[in-house]
Amino acid sequence: MLTPLASLRTGLELRLTADARAWLHLALSEAADAGEHDQARGLPPWERHFVTAGRRCHTTQQQQGSSPDPVDAARVLILHAAAPGTDAVVALYRRGSADERRAVLLALPHLDPPPAAGAALGLVEDALRTNDTRLVAAALGPYAAAHLDAHQWRHGILKCLFTGVPLAAVTGLEHRAAGDGELARMLEDYARERTAAGRAVPEDLGHALRLARFDETPARPASPQDRAEGSES
Amino acid sequence: MPSPTRRIFDPHIHMTSRTTDDYAAMYDAGVRALVEPSFWLGQPRTSPASFYDYFDSLLGWEPFRAAQYGIAHHCTLALNPKEANDPRCLPVLDELPRYLLKDGVVAVGEIGYDAMTPAEDTALAAQLELARTHELPALVHTPHRDKAAGLARTLDVLRESGLPPASVALDHLNETTVGPAADSGCWLGFSIYPDTKMDPDRMVRILRVHGTERVLVNSAADWGRSDPLKTAHVADAMLAAGFDEDDVDQVLWRNPVAFYGRSGRLRLDATAPEAQLFEGNSILRGGE
Repeated sequence: MLTPLASLRTGLELRLTADARAWLHLALSEAADAGEHDQARGLPPWERHFVTAGRRCHTTQQQQGSSPDPVDAARVLILHAAAPGTDAVVALYRRGSADERRAVLLALPHLDPPPAAGAALGLVEDALRTNDTRLVAAALGPYAAAHLDAHQWRHGILKCLFTGVPLAAVTGLEHRAAGDGELARMLEDYARERTAAGRAVPEDLGHALRLARFDETPARPASPQDRAEGSES
Repeated sequence: MPSPTRRIFDPHIHMTSRTTDDYAAMYDAGVRALVEPSFWLGQPRTSPASFYDYFDSLLGWEPFRAAQYGIAHHCTLALNPKEANDPRCLPVLDELPRYLLKDGVVAVGEIGYDAMTPAEDTALAAQLELARTHELPALVHTPHRDKAAGLARTLDVLRESGLPPASVALDHLNETTVGPAADSGCWLGFSIYPDTKMDPDRMVRILRVHGTERVLVNSAADWGRSDPLKTAHVADAMLAAGFDEDDVDQVLWRNPVAFYGRSGRLRLDATAPEAQLFEGNSILRGGE
């Protein structure tokens, strides 16, 4: 069975143009040699590839617009191959464009060695403070599911409801929300506030609330159908 | 009403200073792409970190905001001439190379002269060299005061830089500077303002004399008295004066695409705002 990253790479390669595939091979090979770079000579080649992926990683005509985003995928693979230390991961995020920052967040659960938890959580929290929904969604992936404390995680869920990020983007929602009485209270308060203002309650809210109240079994995945049902209740 | 096929690329507009109402009105007027040059924010900066936060915004939040309204956003980055005179800001020049690598950066700019000081000489030459080594075009601001002399000095520095004229846009031109600028072979930028610099009818008269080749028309809208729809007004004035839709498309779309396309980094695939669901709501709902 393929690992998630091997599947990601295979899926990406199938979608790339020949030129982009050659670029990806070069980038991954230079990333694998990352340890040998003399920092005095400026940006290491792998980091240059990471930064410039958006203009190198072209998909074929038929594959445009399909997901996952090919540039995100390429950046995650490059970062994994370079295996940077915690300081380098943090610097990459801090110096990155929004797209680069998103790729760092997506790569967090895959990095080997894993980054120091405090530093990596600092990046997740930084992204959760933004209003860029692409960053908010990327921040609530597997890394946050495993490491983010309960208070921050609950606020992340509320932020998704505020900004229109579908809760299907939140990894581990079913398990973390299950039986979380404080989350249930926050969701109910939010629903009351929206209703008092004469505004619609986000349709995802009902699904999360049922999980938090234990009305829905945690084993059920959040599918689009689940959310449609939630809007009717 | 603009024709349904009209597409406008505003090659110089400071959206950081504009509202979401402006984005919506621009989309309705046919604007589908823009370039936001880094510039002076009105209040002088006192440290390099202020520039880096601003550059990050031009590479993060502002493209995100533009995408909610179906507009592709790119930027040009530089230490602007006015602030190049404050020694506290000069370390920005050392950090620019890592920023100029970014995917959303399609030129070095705005660079050029403000008061024509020795510090501006140094910053202009250094940043033209950065444009050359990063294979980026340069957006060169011509001074508001003493414009003709400023243009002459700018052209001297450009000749020494080794940057090909086809990679340079000279901006904020008018009737008195368009002649020597055209002779240089550079792209010709015109900023259309409500009551200064240029207006749509004067722009049309210049197009009649100089033709539509190598001409870039922008609103340069910012925090001052300005109008982000001035590009559309020029399109209307061109049609009223007898130019055809193809001329309008050349000046307001194909020319800026050709100039900034020299960077190899233009991405003109922003989708219509109604297609932006999950990425669209944090602004459409008013945020938090």
